[in-house]
Amino acid sequence: MRTPALHLLLILLLTSCTRTDDRTHIEFWALGREGEVVVELTREFERRNPDIRVDVQQMPWTAAHEKLLTAFVGDSTPDLALIGNSWIPEFEAIGAVADLTALAAQSSAVDQRDYFAGIWATNLVDEKLYGIPWYVDTRVIFYRTDILRAAGFPEAPKTWSEWVRATAAIRKLGNEYAILLPTNEWTQPIALGLQVDAPLLRQGGRFGAFSEPRFRRAFEFYLDFFRRGDAPVLSNSQVANVYQQFAEGEFAMYITGPWQIGEFRRRLPASMQDKWMTAPLPAPDEKEWPGASLAGGGSLAIFEQSEKKEAAWKLIEFLSGPEQQVRFFELCGDLPARRSAWSDPDLANDRHLAAFRTQLENVKPTPAVPQWEQIATTVFDYAEAAIRGRYTAEGALAVLDAKTDAILEKRRWMLARRDE
Amino acid sequence: MTAETRAAALFLAPALTVILVFFLLPVAAGFVLSLTDFDIYGVADTDNIRFVGFGQYANLARSPVFWQALRNTLVFAIVAGPLTVAVSLGAALLLNAKLAKFKPLFRTIYFAPVVTTLVAVAIVWRYMFHPRFGLLNTVMGWFGIGSIDWLGSPRFALSAIIILAIWKNFGYNMIIFVAGLQSVPEELYEAARIDGAGAWRQFRHITIPMLAPTFVFVGVITAIGYLQLFAEPYVMTPDGGPLNSTLSVVMLMYREGFRWWSMGYAAAIAFVLFVIIMATSLVQLRLRRGAVGS
Repeated sequence: MRTPALHLLLILLLTSCTRTDDRTHIEFWALGREGEVVVELTREFERRNPDIRVDVQQMPWTAAHEKLLTAFVGDSTPDLALIGNSWIPEFEAIGAVADLTALAAQSSAVDQRDYFAGIWATNLVDEKLYGIPWYVDTRVIFYRTDILRAAGFPEAPKTWSEWVRATAAIRKLGNEYAILLPTNEWTQPIALGLQVDAPLLRQGGRFGAFSEPRFRRAFEFYLDFFRRGDAPVLSNSQVANVYQQFAEGEFAMYITGPWQIGEFRRRLPASMQDKWMTAPLPAPDEKEWPGASLAGGGSLAIFEQSEKKEAAWKLIEFLSGPEQQVRFFELCGDLPARRSAWSDPDLANDRHLAAFRTQLENVKPTPAVPQWEQIATTVFDYAEAAIRGRYTAEGALAVLDAKTDAILEKRRWMLARRDE
Repeated sequence: MTAETRAAALFLAPALTVILVFFLLPVAAGFVLSLTDFDIYGVADTDNIRFVGFGQYANLARSPVFWQALRNTLVFAIVAGPLTVAVSLGAALLLNAKLAKFKPLFRTIYFAPVVTTLVAVAIVWRYMFHPRFGLLNTVMGWFGIGSIDWLGSPRFALSAIIILAIWKNFGYNMIIFVAGLQSVPEELYEAARIDGAGAWRQFRHITIPMLAPTFVFVGVITAIGYLQLFAEPYVMTPDGGPLNSTLSVVMLMYREGFRWWSMGYAAAIAFVLFVIIMATSLVQLRLRRGAVGS
């Protein structure tokens, strides 16, 4: 008789897995590379809080958004998760994430004044707080110091007009292009829009406001780089090797994010290492320098369905401590969200990070509507069409507004129903 | 009900149940979904779902992106489909030729692209298509043809995808053609040769008619596969390429459904594609049945 024996074995196996454990288990979904290294931090947390156990679930960034939504539908969200701060309006709209306003106000460990204001703002929906910034991400200029110096610019441009003169001077040296602005990224036109205080949406995020004069000005400024031939009409996937082309001087400026610091150090040849630098974005006006950039990053959010919010909050407080933020930076290179963490010598003395530190004081959130990401991709769709001459700038912005209005139709209906 | 029909029903029941549960019900559910505006708000609370009738289909008809995706998909299927079949037949004839040496080796080489992971293939092909270092442009340069930015220009991106798809898929059809060719009785060729038929007439009047059933199978399978174009552009030109020039219907559906959670809209796209594929397959079967019958 083989089957009873098998059953017995199975039962033994199953029971041996369920040890008695009276600690509070909190489930923490951590994404990407961040998820791999966070275990190093949670171990210390468990040592300090013997009554709490953290179960870290790793998952890739690309699958996380979908998995979280699926988990929400299936009533199986984690207690705590690392989420992109651009997801917060969406998760708030469906009621997935818990309001942290009161918890943060009482906490001594999470001190709002120590956070970069623009980053903090991305976690607010209707002035309520739904996430605690964990690390930050923004865009600055990476540039070739030797080429800019040869063109007569010992420092990176600080204003829009200086920027235009610098690109012209770079091309006069015989370079084919001056700057790389990948056509499939919405970040550049939107950042320029934020610099001139373009509202992007109007009437409380009910309609698009891209034809509005301020955004129009930024959009024209962006398109001019392509019209003059300063920037190649290339999307990210077409640039075979950014590092090689940057090293060959095919373009001398490139707007991109903090993760590229490590890549530049690793992938540019040794002879190139003292010939590149980072700088905050130029501003429309000298007085406003640095010009605004995007407030990206990751936040820690607690889920509404969690029954262990208190323990989860404890973990957030721990992970938000400046010394843990520094440790996290050392483990994976993500930039800390708190100013006090930046005084650590590892961060303060890094010459490529200085530009990020300056830039973070002027970062602005994008509109807090759940559909923002969809609208943003529409922005680069029509920006690309305008770059390639399929639309005039005015025409592209008019269509963009119409598209945005259509995307926001459901939101308008929801808001109208709520107000009834 | 006679005992016989009851027995027949009983035997059919498992198959019918499977078709009902895994085909008819999902199709019906998809259709119902396409009549709603199910989206991220619907995920939160089913009260937020509105019944919109054929509104999503009207939205589709008004959307230039959908028409572009449909045009791309049809152009792809109409150009790449026959080309793939022709290339596979050519390769099969070469493999089946009496003079050919090392047949198993070549069969393996030709079949290799089918079993290779597309993601790995994409990395290699991206270099092949590169405007400056690409093999394709280098070879064309020998014949005095100027360099083409294959993946970067809206005019050529779809051609690049077609080239990749043919290379990736012809091996599968080739194996089927080889099997078909081997089942053609040698006596027919012998008789034709005695009657004085040359190589072309043998091919035209023996090989082609004898392969008719194989053509039907290969044609239908290829058409269905190509109308569902997704993976090739997804790995080569992830956002649908320059100005959506490689955006396919399935890519659009994926984008709307799983990136923006506009499930109602995505379901409408799926249903339109379903109808197109169904119609194409039926027309093809009918045409070929006529051809085989004569």
